[in-house]
Amino acid sequence: MTLAFLNLSWPVFADALALGSIYALMAVGIGLVFGVLRLVNFAYGQLMMAGAFALAYGSQWGLANWESILFCLGVVLALSLLMDRLVFRPLRGHSPAVMLVATFAVAFVLQNVALIAFGSLGKTAGAFGQLQAPWDIFGVEIRKIAIVATATAAVCLALLQLLLTRTSVGLHMRAASMDFRTARMLGVRANRVITGAVLISGLLAGIAAVMLSVEQSQITSTFALPETIYVLMGVVVGGLNRPIPATLGGFSIGFAFGLLGGILPTNQSQYLPSFIFAAVIVVLLLRPDGLFTRATGAVERV
Amino acid sequence: MSQLRRIPELLVPALLILATALLGLEVSVYLQAYFLDTLVKVAIVVALYVFIGNSGVLSFGTISFVALGAWTAGVLTVPSQQKRFTMPGLTHFLVTTTVGNYVSLALAAAVGGVFALAVGLPLMRLSGLAAGIATFAVLGITYNVLTYEQKIGPGQNAFSGVPQTTGIWQAAIAGLICAMVAYVYQRTRFGRMLRATREDPAAATAAGISIYRQRLLAFTLSGALAGFAGGIYVHLQPLQVNGLYLDLTFITLAMLVVGGAGSLLGAVVGALALNGIFSFFSAATNTVDVLGWHLKVPTGTADIVLGVLMAVVLILRPSGITGGREFSLPRRRRPVADLEKARATT
Repeated sequence: MTLAFLNLSWPVFADALALGSIYALMAVGIGLVFGVLRLVNFAYGQLMMAGAFALAYGSQWGLANWESILFCLGVVLALSLLMDRLVFRPLRGHSPAVMLVATFAVAFVLQNVALIAFGSLGKTAGAFGQLQAPWDIFGVEIRKIAIVATATAAVCLALLQLLLTRTSVGLHMRAASMDFRTARMLGVRANRVITGAVLISGLLAGIAAVMLSVEQSQITSTFALPETIYVLMGVVVGGLNRPIPATLGGFSIGFAFGLLGGILPTNQSQYLPSFIFAAVIVVLLLRPDGLFTRATGAVERV
Repeated sequence: MSQLRRIPELLVPALLILATALLGLEVSVYLQAYFLDTLVKVAIVVALYVFIGNSGVLSFGTISFVALGAWTAGVLTVPSQQKRFTMPGLTHFLVTTTVGNYVSLALAAAVGGVFALAVGLPLMRLSGLAAGIATFAVLGITYNVLTYEQKIGPGQNAFSGVPQTTGIWQAAIAGLICAMVAYVYQRTRFGRMLRATREDPAAATAAGISIYRQRLLAFTLSGALAGFAGGIYVHLQPLQVNGLYLDLTFITLAMLVVGGAGSLLGAVVGALALNGIFSFFSAATNTVDVLGWHLKVPTGTADIVLGVLMAVVLILRPSGITGGREFSLPRRRRPVADLEKARATT
């Protein structure tokens, strides 16, 4: 069964949905930390890279799959906390541009540490290779990973939404991202909220890393680097200030990549990043505050 | 008198560049490569400084103008005969056209400037994170197109057959030209207006300064210098598009930030100091002798050292080594009694 126009088929659609879901998880991870810290974490991809290497080692040591996943999440969480303590905390209150450059530096350090530690060929994470196999759904063959990724992302985002709207931690987090100073005055503990956001963001990075490692089982030091760049663009395009617009932005860019990458012939799809980047520029020019945010009035300075 | 005091502001960066060049003449040919590379980096970092330093707006796009300058100068100077083999996809016009060294550099600067103007016309309306991300998108597009478009260059292959005319003097003069242009610009009223918008956009606008126009001017000038630096770069070594993307962006940005983005001195000092350190650790990947002690480090150490240094500087001294100040001679203080006498008479 094929959608009539172009050569869009259901498997391509499902893969695009899965890619969008992974990007959405990354986007919400980046957006949460931005909300409380005003920090765009360029090193997010390197967290995922560390997690993916943990997975690769897990399968090399013969750990069970769930043990590998736990190990991966542990590594990513530890690294997130370390990053927060060593870099984010001392930089708190600086301009977003300075902090972006600082995380750029962190990303390069981690990437090169991985290059030295694991070599330029990297390692293979093959534990979840069976997820590449297709499932037959009403006569359409869809890869298991596409369904698993989409479902996992949906569950994660729903849980996160519950956390943000139904718990006091979530309330504090939302308050802090609206107005950090006022939130603190009203009794929100700054360090606790920030650590919470960093941990959730790390958890999401770990989950995204597991899923992405199925798609790209050869883990190298540049694992998730291009994805991070695309997601950052998506997050800014969607609107960094609120989790839902940020998530939508990330999802849209992933979905667009997956869909267009699937239906365009190679000689056109090689220029796909250019098209997407150009679209990003156009959106930024038209809606600098984000595509999915409500327009706010100009900032008054008295 | 006040004009005389200004002389060291340009003289000191210029002398630093000259000293690097003279030192480069004294060392072995093997080591000279590092000095040449350093001088080219000085030119690139100064180009970066002209926009980022004066406007205070983060831009990731400058390396795309370096890349375009390199492509322009590179494609136009490879002999026609060679082009047919090394760049088979090249358009006819580019195959048949070949220019000399100086013309290629001028064209590189022109292409960099024109492209920066074209990009800046829409983009300079943005500021803050949106500007950073949009210029990043420009870098991404340039990288993507240069990687796959065989009609305008070698694609993913390295340039081969570009006359290697960038010797120590040409590199030093390029660095000096960039520093001079940057200095003259920041002393003109345009440079001052842009700096005013950096310090206080609201006040500058109220004083009748168009932030958009001043940023656009600086962006264009920065693009022209970057294109020029790219031309110098491609005449130094067979460049490849991968070498003109994230790594170079990171390294040059680190140099500017560590040196101090607010001043020309900061840009030059940052480029010299960091490239010195970077070169040392790059050389150490095939063993260097430090005081009779053999040091060998794995590939990538140089990037780690640079990254850590950059993060530390951002945390401890966000305005860089120079604190964003130009070089100035220590001022002779007037005795307090003189001042009080002067105040009493007026």
